[in-house]
Amino acid sequence: MNLTLKIWRQSGPKAKGEMVTYPVTDISEDMSFLEMLDVLNEQLNARGEEPIAFDSDCREGICGMCGLMISGKAHGPEVTTTCQLHMRSFSDGDEITIEPWRADAFPVIKDLVVDRGSFDRIIQAGGFISANTGSAPEAHSVPVPKPKADRAFMAAACIGCGACVAACPNASGMLFMGAKITHLGELPQGQPERDARVVNMVTQHDHEGFGGCTNIGECSSACPKEIPLDVINQLNKDLRGALMRGE
Amino acid sequence: MTTTSTTPSSPVPGLVHGVYAEGEPIRDTKAPAGPIDRRWNTRKFEASLVNPANRRKLSVIIVGTGLAGGAAAATLGEAGYQVKSFCYQDSPRRAHSIAAQGGINAAKNYKEDGDSVYRLFYDTVKGGDYRSRESNVYRLAEVSTNIIDQCVAQGVPFAREYGGLLDNRSFGGVQVSRTFYARGQTGQQLLIGAYQALERQVAAGTVEMFSRHEMLEVVVVDGQARGIIARDLVTGEIETHLADAVVLASGGYGNVFYLSTNAMGSNVTATWRAHRKGAHFANPCYTQIHPTCIPVAGEHQSKLTLMSESLRNDGRIWVPKNAADCEKDPRQIPEEDRDYYLERIYPSFGNLVPRDIASRQAKNVCDEGRGVGPKVGDFRRGVYLDFTDALKRMSAEAVAEKYGNLLDMYQRITGENPYEVPMRIYPAVHYTMGGLWVDYDLQSSIPGLFVTGEANFSDHGANRLGASALMQGLADGYFVLPHTIRDYLAKGPFPKLEESHEAVVEARASVDARVAKFLSINGDRSVDSFHKELGNIMWEFCGMERSEEGLLKAIDLIRGLRDEFWRNVKVLGSADTLNQSLEKAGRVADFLELGELMCIDALHRRESCGGHFRAESQTEDGEALRHDDEYAYVAAWEWGGQDGAPVLHKEDLVYEFVEMKQRSYK
Amino acid sequence: MKMLMAGSGALFVFYVLVHMYGNLKIFAGVDAFNEYAEHLRTLFTPFLPYAGFLWLFRVLLIAALVAHAWSAFYLWSRARSARTTRYVAKAAARATVKSKMMRWGGVALLLFLVWHLLQFTIVKFNVGSLPAEGNPGLLVISSFQVWWVVLIYLLALVALGLHLYHGVWSATQTLGWAGNAAARRRAKTLGTVIALVTSVGFALPPLAILFGLVKGS
Repeated sequence: MNLTLKIWRQSGPKAKGEMVTYPVTDISEDMSFLEMLDVLNEQLNARGEEPIAFDSDCREGICGMCGLMISGKAHGPEVTTTCQLHMRSFSDGDEITIEPWRADAFPVIKDLVVDRGSFDRIIQAGGFISANTGSAPEAHSVPVPKPKADRAFMAAACIGCGACVAACPNASGMLFMGAKITHLGELPQGQPERDARVVNMVTQHDHEGFGGCTNIGECSSACPKEIPLDVINQLNKDLRGALMRGE
Repeated sequence: MTTTSTTPSSPVPGLVHGVYAEGEPIRDTKAPAGPIDRRWNTRKFEASLVNPANRRKLSVIIVGTGLAGGAAAATLGEAGYQVKSFCYQDSPRRAHSIAAQGGINAAKNYKEDGDSVYRLFYDTVKGGDYRSRESNVYRLAEVSTNIIDQCVAQGVPFAREYGGLLDNRSFGGVQVSRTFYARGQTGQQLLIGAYQALERQVAAGTVEMFSRHEMLEVVVVDGQARGIIARDLVTGEIETHLADAVVLASGGYGNVFYLSTNAMGSNVTATWRAHRKGAHFANPCYTQIHPTCIPVAGEHQSKLTLMSESLRNDGRIWVPKNAADCEKDPRQIPEEDRDYYLERIYPSFGNLVPRDIASRQAKNVCDEGRGVGPKVGDFRRGVYLDFTDALKRMSAEAVAEKYGNLLDMYQRITGENPYEVPMRIYPAVHYTMGGLWVDYDLQSSIPGLFVTGEANFSDHGANRLGASALMQGLADGYFVLPHTIRDYLAKGPFPKLEESHEAVVEARASVDARVAKFLSINGDRSVDSFHKELGNIMWEFCGMERSEEGLLKAIDLIRGLRDEFWRNVKVLGSADTLNQSLEKAGRVADFLELGELMCIDALHRRESCGGHFRAESQTEDGEALRHDDEYAYVAAWEWGGQDGAPVLHKEDLVYEFVEMKQRSYK
Repeated sequence: MKMLMAGSGALFVFYVLVHMYGNLKIFAGVDAFNEYAEHLRTLFTPFLPYAGFLWLFRVLLIAALVAHAWSAFYLWSRARSARTTRYVAKAAARATVKSKMMRWGGVALLLFLVWHLLQFTIVKFNVGSLPAEGNPGLLVISSFQVWWVVLIYLLALVALGLHLYHGVWSATQTLGWAGNAAARRRAKTLGTVIALVTSVGFALPPLAILFGLVKGS
């Protein structure tokens, strides 16, 4: 198939960017979206133009490194990561707009590559259970009811790709944060730090310049791991409780 | 740079096969003697202690943030050392450990089915085809149980039973249930656990994190590893980082094949640069090829995707009996025209034969012209994995319950519905058992340089069992390295080192020169085109079946390709911004050297063992044939210089506890 | 901040329900309506002075209004600064008219509120034809006999309904009361019911008056 791509090009963090149009031809529908960009990059390289920078690593939908805004949708039209999106989801003659994640907490580094260090700093603020190596009790000493373990797992499926922020009209990181709060909060091991965790993470989130949540639900729709909106509810509930307990 | 033009057809005098020299054997691996179940405790007790007050004066650099690196950085940070942690990805959470699906083994014996530390040890030695060290493997089995405790305490959401206790499954043909799992995302959950522990230390100030940084050189001063030269991938700045010890946890080198299940960025650069500075590279030819991957769809393919081999529990593997049927719709091929070749050749194990056998047989039937799916090159590279019988036997719902996410993934990638049409699978490079040689302390042949996880060679021998990679990465990172590196650091702090030191300046200058060289060649071919060509050579001649003739040819081809690379590669852009072509160029340049060493290692090992199959060494029915009398050793290769030949050092493997037997799955 | 938004919003929900109930008194006749209006002013007297409770309540409402509008403005400006470079193309996957209209709908409601207070509380100007001096019931009837007044009110009620629909659901989420699928369904249903009841309840008197079902005499 033949396509017209409109791609954001920006030479560096401070440079001014612009949309550039690239026609591509003979695209196989078995290609992944990123392989289609690989093909374009090979052509650019051959023409002496600098290839388009974009992030990807595992290319099997789990590492969370890739992420493009494809015609206005985070990770494109399917519920999956950009690397798992295949060209059969498009039709011959389509015009596709490709932009980086847009959020001031995710500044653009180059072309389609953004810096998601803010997510790491939110985890640093409290997204962990303090258990020094070697200090752990026998694994079976604390049983975890299966429904709780399953819900923790559901929330832990988050890959930290940032699609939730990219899709949110407020550029809020609440789904990402809610997933971690829910994952650790469902487990008995996560209880001692539960109040401090939510307060510190939310403080860091706001400090990073993410927007506030207005419960629209775009995040959950864009999430390749289908993390449900109720993790945000859980976060709010935990936050309310923690504030009331004077954390 | 590399302009070696020596060809194997004109042997250099004194070199074996004209390509390598033989050096002194390795005698001491530092493993304590005595009963095997006491050795690790003995070593821990004998390792010197470091006073807590002194720890903050001691610094450690750790390259890689996967299970082995992330766990080590967190643990050493908790202990109070000054840690600098590096990864090339944008966040330590992206490391490729995340992609492991199946599970993690541990000898907990929660099922009371006869498992024990000794049995896990035994199974691992046997599974490794008797090419690993007994002491190391026993230690691995011993600490496996601590790993589960640690991960549970961190909040890793392992699968649980209704009673709230941890669930286990049997995995990879093992007869006990010792595999802990979190659906098909065990690697992700374990990595996130280590990542969170790491970020906690970053917040505590004990670990300094350098993401989007790539290590390009190791600094060796007076024979000791004292730091690294790294490139900030965003600004392009070349940075010098000095420390008292360096740990490489940079993963495996499967991407030398271009197509593999590794991540796009997985590379050998960290370990290869260390190899060039004096660290021996052990058993580079041991490669694990996984039988159940989604086949190549076309020339554009950038990576291969693994599907859990649990699919072989209920799926039946076949190809048409007649090559003429290969283009037909598989549903139109009658039962009598199908060849269920694994069931035919191995009646007792059938579709559940070990990974290497399933892979090699798939290659054989495709080479006979009976492969299915699209032609890539001259062959159709695929065999059917058919769930029709399972669907009849179990109902679609039961199949979906058990394998739903895998079948969905297959459909998303191929666009075919596996509930209606048999899936197509083909083997793909998955894991590399070889790596930098390390002693019992995980220290390489450069003092102060430690190597953990897939980056070292140590515990899997010639073949790795399923669910053992996660176990080894975390064992090294959480429980082994922190003890053994302590013994080394206790000798420190080492003399303060200035950036102006001759060895530091030289290391840095070599990195600058190399970067400048890539950008100045301005030839006609992209980095990827060289990488693909290298991959084809490796897959063809150093893949599932290797022969003397093919390997000699491959060595020749690789040398020619490397020569062309340094003359004709085209890297655009500049060195002072994010430049992904430049990053790739450095990685491919190192793969072009590693590829040759892999072929040399494969050439010298004229036996078949584990993931290494030599056409010249097989039984009458085409099964792998080991030669324990000649090859029961670790092949540790010393860098022979830019224009020299690698030097082989043999470390004999002595089996005191497990009897060496020939595998049989007939 | 968002709890302030949710809390003040909840107060408004309560208020509009009471307000609507009061409005429906017009069906019982002008006198009943006037009596109700008077009763509001004598509530809790003599414990409180005349119209004391009403004023207390008004102060509370004004505070809530300020809090609600201020937190809305804060969230809006924060969202603006959280994404200073806009997307060239942005497609909504799920955002509905209701959620998208929260901000502009809110502003519209604020403008309407000004008009509404001027008309019936502060200035009490009469655009209709009935003599309504000092008679709130007649003022209402007189006003709603004018078609464009009714139109303004109906538009405002649509905005109010949408605002409430998303607002109620959103508040339960913000306060952490919608933790599972059943609670979420209940929250959505509650939002729908409140939105429908208020907008229909408020719409009945003006429509009835416009179509002459309720007359001033």
